[in-house]
Amino acid sequence: MYPAPFEYLRPATIDEAIALLVTHGEDAKILAGGHSLIPAMKLRLAQPRYIVDIGRIRGMSHIRETAGRIVVGAMATHDAIERSALLREKCPLLPETAGHIGDVQVRNKGTIGGSLAHADPAGDWPAAVLALDADIELAGPRGRRTVKADGFFVDLLTTATAPDEVLVEIRVPITSAKVAYEKTEQKASGFAIAGVAVVVEQGGVRVGVTGVAAKAYRAKAVERALAGQSAPTAEGIARAAALAAERVEALGDIHASPEYRLHLAEVNTARALRRAYGN
Amino acid sequence: MSAQAKKYSGQPLKRIEDPRLIKGIGTYTDDLRLPGLLHVAFVRSPHAHARVTSIDTSVAKAIKGVVAVLTGADVNEKCGVVPCAAAIPDLKLPKHTVLAGDRVYFVGHPVVVVVADDAYAARDGVDAVEVEYDPLPVVVNPEEAIKPGATLTHPDLGTNVAFTHNVNGGTDIDEAFRRADRVIKQRVYHQRLTPMPIEPRAVVASYHAGEGTMSIWSSTQVPHYLRTLLPGMIGVAENKLRIVAPEVGGGFGAKLNVYAEEALCGHLAMRLGAPVKWAESRRENATSTIHGRDQIGYYEVAVKNDGTILGLKARTIADLGSYCQLLTPAVPTLTGLVLTGCYRIPAVKMEIVGVYTHKMATDAYRGAGRPEATYLIERLMDLVAKELGLDRVDLRLKHFPAPTEFPFGTACGVTYDSGNYQGALEKARQLADWKALMSERTAARKSGRLFGVGVSTYVEICAIGPSAAMPAGGWEWGCVRVEISGKVTAITGTSPHGQGQETSFAQIVADQLGVSIEDVVVMHGDTAVAHYGRDTYGSRATVIGGTALVMCTDKIIAKAKIFAAHLLKVAPDQVAFADGQFSAPGAEKTLSLAAIAGEAYVAKNLPPGLEPGLEASSFFEIPNFTFPFGTHIVAVEIDRETGQVAIQKYVAVDDCGPQINPLLVEGQVQGGIAHSIGQALFEQTVYDENGQLLTGEFMDYAMPRATDIPEYILGHTVTPSPTNPLGIKGVGEAGTIGATPAVANAVIDALESLGVTHLDMPLTPERVWRAIHQRTVATV
Amino acid sequence: MSIPVRITINGTLRQFDLDPRMLLVHLLRDACTLTGTHVGCETGICGACTVLLDGSAVKSCTMFAVQADGAEVTTIEGLAKNGDLHPVQQGFWERHGLQCGYCTPGMIMTSVQLLSRNAKPSREEIAHGLAGNLCRCTGYSHIIDAVQYAAGMGGAR
Repeated sequence: MYPAPFEYLRPATIDEAIALLVTHGEDAKILAGGHSLIPAMKLRLAQPRYIVDIGRIRGMSHIRETAGRIVVGAMATHDAIERSALLREKCPLLPETAGHIGDVQVRNKGTIGGSLAHADPAGDWPAAVLALDADIELAGPRGRRTVKADGFFVDLLTTATAPDEVLVEIRVPITSAKVAYEKTEQKASGFAIAGVAVVVEQGGVRVGVTGVAAKAYRAKAVERALAGQSAPTAEGIARAAALAAERVEALGDIHASPEYRLHLAEVNTARALRRAYGN
Repeated sequence: MSAQAKKYSGQPLKRIEDPRLIKGIGTYTDDLRLPGLLHVAFVRSPHAHARVTSIDTSVAKAIKGVVAVLTGADVNEKCGVVPCAAAIPDLKLPKHTVLAGDRVYFVGHPVVVVVADDAYAARDGVDAVEVEYDPLPVVVNPEEAIKPGATLTHPDLGTNVAFTHNVNGGTDIDEAFRRADRVIKQRVYHQRLTPMPIEPRAVVASYHAGEGTMSIWSSTQVPHYLRTLLPGMIGVAENKLRIVAPEVGGGFGAKLNVYAEEALCGHLAMRLGAPVKWAESRRENATSTIHGRDQIGYYEVAVKNDGTILGLKARTIADLGSYCQLLTPAVPTLTGLVLTGCYRIPAVKMEIVGVYTHKMATDAYRGAGRPEATYLIERLMDLVAKELGLDRVDLRLKHFPAPTEFPFGTACGVTYDSGNYQGALEKARQLADWKALMSERTAARKSGRLFGVGVSTYVEICAIGPSAAMPAGGWEWGCVRVEISGKVTAITGTSPHGQGQETSFAQIVADQLGVSIEDVVVMHGDTAVAHYGRDTYGSRATVIGGTALVMCTDKIIAKAKIFAAHLLKVAPDQVAFADGQFSAPGAEKTLSLAAIAGEAYVAKNLPPGLEPGLEASSFFEIPNFTFPFGTHIVAVEIDRETGQVAIQKYVAVDDCGPQINPLLVEGQVQGGIAHSIGQALFEQTVYDENGQLLTGEFMDYAMPRATDIPEYILGHTVTPSPTNPLGIKGVGEAGTIGATPAVANAVIDALESLGVTHLDMPLTPERVWRAIHQRTVATV
Repeated sequence: MSIPVRITINGTLRQFDLDPRMLLVHLLRDACTLTGTHVGCETGICGACTVLLDGSAVKSCTMFAVQADGAEVTTIEGLAKNGDLHPVQQGFWERHGLQCGYCTPGMIMTSVQLLSRNAKPSREEIAHGLAGNLCRCTGYSHIIDAVQYAAGMGGAR
């Protein structure tokens, strides 16, 4: 309940934040919404020497349409995303996914950037950004770079973000309403045991799966099975969904065995596909 | 009891205690602020069993703000051991010191105590203590623990078996099994649960060296038990020790105990000459506050082909954990008292084996032994009905004693006080729209849906209990004082912590004395005010504590009548009391209770031989337990693909006798059902094979949320108890006892078509899915 | 190293010099003696510590007090105005929405935000909105009744 001592740093700009990360290296931790970091600090599972609070940097919580793309600032809260009229119209998967995260209080404070950077294998956002083929923009001492969602999640709690980089923005395409997120919750925590996000586009579909393996992944076998189909049959969807966990090494814990996770990956993929295709 | 009109009793009044709680200005233990308060934190064992090879406190002592760092070697000689009050013959008890000695026996076992100026520094100190452990073999499975050559929890005891308790009742059991057409057998595991009150425990202790007096505030259900038992631990005499239970944020049995931390805080306050506070973290609450249930049972039922049950044999292995806390070994024996449920079962044989393992102690968790019994017998009734192809409701009805047969003696050796089990069952069927529900079940199954209906009829033991059945008195004490102003102060020895007796006792007392409820104040939870008491647990407070207050008011009215006769100049037997007024035929005026109180304290015109004042205290000793009962009916539907259970309908009819406050009764029932739904569907305390607790946070221990709760359809019947003048029975645990088997039976009923006859709880989606999946695969 | 912080708490601007590791809930409970905000867990699950931060319900145990610099915090103690209970408080009283009372302040604060966004919520919407607040006593049904009662009184106020 009582975090270890740390030094508190509150940069006013992204560049200042990067400079602090460069100075303090691995001893520093970015504080965004705090909903992953602070509980870990209270349990003293995390004891960073420096906290870089990016909560006061302006211009990091925008949600807007720019040049035919949807741009979401890293500090946009789950709640802001859930309730965004723009997103409900132009990228409804994001608000739908946001509504599945934690609870009202968590959504009010937790941010999409913080959640993605933390890369909890049971977080909800990874499924959505994978299915949206999002561009994740990182800023660091070497300038800015964009990482595709597919390459962003490296392993358990590990992303492509370097220790001196800040996740600043997520860019996703405008989509139709043919999207869905289907999730089975871990009963106690509300995290995903198996969460599947689906985006149907002209001529294809993208499927992101979270909660099942050490890192979220694109179910590309499912996507290939449905490629080119605009209105697959129920059987077609079932056959494709059966590939949702192909060559996946599933996690197992007291809440769900690997076998059950793999099964739920298939079930939730089928459900999400049916809903997205309107089947 | 006086023949007063009941103005308040029976009314769903909103609670007197609520305004301070909804404004956030109630005082829980952790809210107390004393000058110079020091903060206590514990270093706890990360191992389930290990030898402590060295403890280095030097770095911790040097941390800014740290005042003291003490080990078992520093305190165990100065503090008495943690007591077990259960009277079980030949119970083998390990020595339970307040801090671990040279060994630790469960994850969370306190090893070192750190005291500091503030809670952050105390936690820093905990991190800085270096303890070296030499891990030892661990035993966590109680069935393994009783095998020859098993690892011993406490090597010095020479065995893991703490006790063996036998119940042999009714007619000859062997004869019953010889006469049986069939014997139906089932192994049942009743999983371990963690009570998880939302307020963890907390203790504040303050010692006045000049007076030699100690005050301890604790988030406890049992301040009077603490006052009785802590003197032996901390060396402060009972009459110099004051225990206060301020607002207590839920108990459910977890705070019906005497814990090492309570004694240690008292000891530290004396030793350091400063008040100290310990506020438990959630993880500590999960590892080091008692757990509940955890019984493995092997059951055999002897039946005739017409369904007649001849006898019941059981062997239960109760996992006690590594120590006996206050009532640990007594809890499984309660199972033996109501094993036959609502049914006429002539012969019973039960063997209960209490087993030590390297886990936290189990003890009384809401229902304590009765949920286990009810679950077992209700599962067995369904199994018997299924095996014999009988209707499960008819089978139950067939074995109910008739309402005229009460008091009804059972083969378990208890006498049920009163009952109308048929009435509750019929009312529940009516509220559930039974015929329609069964048609829905048929139709759902035809269309391939997994739809099930569960029934549970239960009887439980409340008003715990008659002193003969208790380790240290089961009576309750009360005191009622009519003040000089006419205001009424009622003091109870029970210790409400959410049950609402500040309201329900005010209703009783106001009705008895014919005064306005606004003029009544109910006080509790402070041994300096409520001198005696046996506190709150076992659905006892309203029945026994309420009756003690009725006895007080009877005494007050009797004394007031003597005053009234004197003032009205009539003979005492001519005085009548009604609606708060004393009158006599031919007298010019009537006298209010307040007027008499004024005279009684001013004392200028006392009746000859009568003492001043208008106050009475009473102890009520109840002649028997009470036995509330009821029927719960649940409909569920299972998602075939995921195993997810959805409750479609929930009907409960409970009979707790006359209700003092129906709103509070409803609250108790609903809360109890929620615990049951949790147990039936997802709650479980999990240790791995190394004795590591895997459900140590709310992140991993699943409890019901608002979204898990169905709309309850509640009803009641009223069968008064002859054990007390109010006729009431108690209701605090009813929901927890009646609901669990109803939900489980519904889920198993839904899986009937797949050939499932039993699954152990919790019926998590995965467990249900596996049952579906295995059978589906097997039949393909 | 302490950090100067200004927070408006229940309408009063307060200034503090804070150890940055101090959680908001501890600032409220210890420095401000507003002990109505409770702590029930360490992992941001139970919601007993819920307060309003600039009108939004947040878990004050999952926030450093320094993060609230410049913000307005409303705790349970700040909800009643001029001695009048807030409709949500009234609803909890009328409908027996509490037993031990420990989760109640958090439950009430979350309900206040819920009604501020949805004046006439269904039972399902209320349950969903309160999913971040655990109660171990009531079985929730009376809590949902309480919020509906408050909605009937004009809810958010």
